[in-house]
Amino acid sequence: MTSVTGVSVTEARRPQNRAPSRDRRRRAPDHAAWFLVLPALIPILVLSVGPLLYGILLAFTDSQSGRTAPTQWIGGLNFRDLLHDTLFWESFRIGLVWAVGVTVPQFLLALGLALLLNQDLRMRWLARALAIVPWAMPEVVVGIMWRIVYNPDAGILNETLHDLGLGNGRDWLSSLTTALPAVIVVGVWAGMPQTTVALLAGLQNTPRELHEAAAVDGAGAWRRFRTVTWPALRPVALAITALNLIWNFNSFALVYVLTNGGPGGRTRLPMLFAYEEAFRYGQFGYAAAMGCVMVAVISVLLAVFLVGRLRGGDDA
Amino acid sequence: MRASTGARVGQYIALLAYLVFLAFPLLWLISTAFKSPRELGSLHPTWIPRHPTLANFRQAFDEQPLLHAALNSLLAALGAALIAVVIATPMAWVMARRRTLLARAATGWVVVSQAFPFVLVIIPLFLVLKNLRLIDSLAGLVLVYVVWSLPFALWMLVGYVRAVPPELEEAAAVDGAGKLRTLVSVTAPLLAPGIVATALFAFVTAWNEFFFALVLLKTPEKQTLPVVLTHFIGAEGVADLGPLAAAAFLATLPSLVVFSLIQRRLTGGMLTGAVKS
Repeated sequence: MTSVTGVSVTEARRPQNRAPSRDRRRRAPDHAAWFLVLPALIPILVLSVGPLLYGILLAFTDSQSGRTAPTQWIGGLNFRDLLHDTLFWESFRIGLVWAVGVTVPQFLLALGLALLLNQDLRMRWLARALAIVPWAMPEVVVGIMWRIVYNPDAGILNETLHDLGLGNGRDWLSSLTTALPAVIVVGVWAGMPQTTVALLAGLQNTPRELHEAAAVDGAGAWRRFRTVTWPALRPVALAITALNLIWNFNSFALVYVLTNGGPGGRTRLPMLFAYEEAFRYGQFGYAAAMGCVMVAVISVLLAVFLVGRLRGGDDA
Repeated sequence: MRASTGARVGQYIALLAYLVFLAFPLLWLISTAFKSPRELGSLHPTWIPRHPTLANFRQAFDEQPLLHAALNSLLAALGAALIAVVIATPMAWVMARRRTLLARAATGWVVVSQAFPFVLVIIPLFLVLKNLRLIDSLAGLVLVYVVWSLPFALWMLVGYVRAVPPELEEAAAVDGAGKLRTLVSVTAPLLAPGIVATALFAFVTAWNEFFFALVLLKTPEKQTLPVVLTHFIGAEGVADLGPLAAAAFLATLPSLVVFSLIQRRLTGGMLTGAVKS
C-alpha cells in the first residue's frame, strides 16, 4: 500500500525535473543512498554496534544488576579475576572441545552426504528432504527430541542397544563420561544440513567435464576427488568450517535444553557460563569481560586456522 | 559417467545409513507424542504406538499456555520478518549497486556480526532495552529480532538484487523515471520472490529463536513458544515425556511448512553467496 502512494507521489513531482543537470545527477544519488540505508542503519547502530561497544566498556566496570550504588570504572580488574577463574577456563576448554568435536565430524559426514546427493540415486529426494528438517527445527525442539531419544527408561537408544545385545545402556546425559560426547552427537545432527547444503552448492559448481576428462584418463574415484572435486570445493569448505567453528563455540540453546551444563559442569559451554554469571548472579561487568575474552580468542584462533589452511592448501 | 555396480551398492548402503541417522530421532519424537501414558511407562518401548492417542496433546495444552505462547511467537516472528525486509531491501539495493564506503562498511558488518558471541551483546542490549522500558515486551523482542536477522537478510537480498540486470534500471532512468520510481516499479517486482523468501527465512529464524527470548521475557504470559517448551522440563530435569513430545512436535510444524516452501530458494541463495564470497 505504501508503495502505491510512493509511486503516485513521485509521479506527481517528477515531471518538473525531467532532465536533471549533470551536477544534480552526480550529487543526488548519495542523498538517495543515505535515504535508502538509514531505516536499517539506525537500528543496526542502536541495537547492534552500540551495544557491542557498550559491552566492551562494561567489561571494565563493576556493573551489577539491581545495584543501587553507581557503577564504577575498575580498569582491568575483571580480566585479572577472569585469569584466575578456573571454572571459566574449564568451560572455555569444554567450549573448544565441543566446537572442534562437532565441526569436524559434521564436516566429514556432510561432505559424504553432499557427494551422495550429487549422484543419481533413487532415494535422493528423501535424503534431501530429511537433510533439511534439522535446519528447520527450533533448537529447543532438537534438544527436547534428543532428550527423549536418550531417556534411560523410555528412550529408543537404550532399547536399540539392548536389542542389539550391546548391554543395558545408561543414562547418557547424566553420566560424567558420556554427557559431552552425547551432546556432541546432537550438535553434529543439528548442524549437518547447513554444511551439507553449502557443500552441495559448491559441488554443483564443479564442471562435470573435468570429472569426465579425469575418468577417461583413468583416474580412480579417490584421485578424481583429490584433483578435481576438492580444489573446487576448498573455498566453500574453508568458509563453512570457519563459520561452524564460531557458531558452535557460541552455541547455547541446544546444550541448555539437553543438560543445562551438567552433570557437574561437564557440558557447561562458555555461553552457558556467561549467561549464568550475568542473569543468575547479576555480574554484568564480569560476564561482559568473558564475552571480550571469547571474542579475542576466537579471532586469534580463526586467524591462525585460516592462514594455516590457506598456506597448507597450496602444496596439498 | 557410470559407477560400477559395487560402487552403486556401496552408495546406497551409505545413503541408507544417512537416512536412518537423520530420521530416527524425528520418528521417535512423533511416536512418543502419540503414545498412551501406559505405553510410555513400558520397559521395552516400541517404535509404533499400539494404541495411538491424542491425550498427550490435550495434556500439553492443559499444562502450559501453549496457544498463548504460539500467538506470541507468531506476532514476534511476523513483526520481525516484515520490518526486516522493509528496511533491509533498500539497504541491500545500495550495497549491491554502489561501491561507496557505506556499502563496504555494511558488507563488513554483515560478515563480522556472524562471529561475535551474543553474551557481549545481550548484557548491554538488556540494559538499553531496560532504559527504553522495552524489557519483558514483545515490541522489544521484535526490535532485537529485526537487527538479529538483518545480516542474513541483507546477504540474501544483495544476491537477489545482483541478479536483476542494472541495464533495466538504466533503461527506466533514460525513459525519465526517477530513482524511487525505478526502484518501486522496475526493480521491486523483479525482487518480489526474493523478498518473500527472505521474509520467510526471517520468520523461521525468529520463530525458532530461544536465547534472546529467554533473557528478555520474564512474565509467563509474554513468553514465546521455545521458552514455554522448556517449562515442560522440570527443575530436576524430570519431564513428562508424552506432552513434552506432543508440544515439541507442534512447535516444529510451522517452521517445517515455511522451510519446505523456501528450501529451493535458500539453497539457491547459498549457492550464489558461496560463489561470490
